[in-house]
Amino acid sequence: MKSWAREYGVPALVILGLVVVWEVVCRGARIPVWLLPAPSAIVRETWKWADRIPAHAGVTLYETLGGFALSVVVGVPIAVGIVYSPLLRRVIYPLIVVLNSVPKIALAPLFLIWIGHGLVTNVLVATIVAFLPMVVNTASGLESVEPDLLQLTRSLRAGTLQVFWKVRLPWALPQIFSGMKVAMSLAVIGAVVGEFVGSDKGLGYLIIVASSNLNTAVVFGVMGALSILGVGVFYAVVAAERLICPWYIQPEPDRP
Amino acid sequence: MAVFISVERVSKRYQTRARALVAALEAVSLEIHADEFLTIVGPSGCGKSTLLKLIGGLLAPTGGTIRVRGTPLDGPSADVGMVFQSPVLLPWRTVLDNILFPIEILGRSRSQYRAEAERLIDLVGLKGFERSVPRELSGGMQQRVSICRALIHDPPLLLMDEPFGALDAMTREEMGMELLRVWSERRKTVVFVTHSIPEAILLADRVAVMTPRPGRIVDVLQIDLPRPRSIRMEFSGEFQKYAEAIRAAIAPSREPA
Repeated sequence: MKSWAREYGVPALVILGLVVVWEVVCRGARIPVWLLPAPSAIVRETWKWADRIPAHAGVTLYETLGGFALSVVVGVPIAVGIVYSPLLRRVIYPLIVVLNSVPKIALAPLFLIWIGHGLVTNVLVATIVAFLPMVVNTASGLESVEPDLLQLTRSLRAGTLQVFWKVRLPWALPQIFSGMKVAMSLAVIGAVVGEFVGSDKGLGYLIIVASSNLNTAVVFGVMGALSILGVGVFYAVVAAERLICPWYIQPEPDRP
Repeated sequence: MAVFISVERVSKRYQTRARALVAALEAVSLEIHADEFLTIVGPSGCGKSTLLKLIGGLLAPTGGTIRVRGTPLDGPSADVGMVFQSPVLLPWRTVLDNILFPIEILGRSRSQYRAEAERLIDLVGLKGFERSVPRELSGGMQQRVSICRALIHDPPLLLMDEPFGALDAMTREEMGMELLRVWSERRKTVVFVTHSIPEAILLADRVAVMTPRPGRIVDVLQIDLPRPRSIRMEFSGEFQKYAEAIRAAIAPSREPA
């Protein structure tokens, strides 16, 4: 009980304290609500928009998951290609380095020109922002197999496919999952950026609408919804990791 | 005794990045007898691991031939079990599934080998750990699993590359004795590489002594200590004589201490 209090109770108290300080400062210093709304104002104003938020959150969620899924579907095979083919590595690696040096968010207006605004554009923006860590993490995971283990498979005359399915891919799974965690967080950012650039749906669009009305309280409120969404999808990946590669998670120290 | 493997004037040269040729092994000849326990001892860099890989068919020699029962070796053969310095188990598999890994790779039926896997687990004292995963086991236990994995398809030849090198001294001695016990039950030809002179003597029927630059076999000693061996034999005068002979072969200029 005591450790529970220390683990969750203390951080909760600190956060609650900060919210109280925020409220007191806003009221005491009479900061205008359009500049920095107090927590109470954020809740009050956002509540008025509450009926609109779920549908827009659903759109952002859809774009995030779509971008994430595409980045996995595209990123993992590219990584496999890089690991297995020296030619592909020489062709793809420089492209990846170049792409990585471009602020990928700057590509969003290009997609708008090519495809027009809408769900597809935002899914693609989320993909382009998210897929690089998938490639890099998967490739380094596939290459991290212990050399002696590969010697063992060679001594048993294992085929390339056997080595891939039975050794390399499962060996890489923990690193693929750490790539997925980064990709999921980036996909949220990509989806919102897409919505900023051109969209009439989604939480990013709501932020644009609220800020252009100087409704700062709602901007904060929607940002809160966005962070709940982001934390939710991130922990969905964490939960999947625990389910799929439990050997990688350290056991709880529950020895009797 | 019947010759199982003959290494005939085998050389292995590597090309370094600077285009220089480095001789890892120079005209090495060695006869390995069927069912003997041969240890190869030498300082690091003497090419003993390279020799082991050549015998396993994992490397091709740049000169000379290796014959297995008279047939020249050209590539890995499934008739070999390998144990490395690190156990390299598959962390997502249970002890039982790790031991059955070679069976899957060789495309044989798992159910046919299950009973043998359980006998091996029993033999190395891991009964009750069949369903454990590697991270729940100590280093010594993991290495026991990797020995079972090397034995599961009953290969006539067991190649061991400093298998106890990463273990602490006490576990190491214990594992050596245990390996001899397993070997007496599952008789095979064992080639065991080590840099520990006492370990090389205590386990072996014969010890091949190697020196570096270029890697060569300078002496092969017949060890006539009685079996079963015990750790206490290390204090016998006979044992000390073998150790001195090996030290002298490795560094002939130095007087034995």
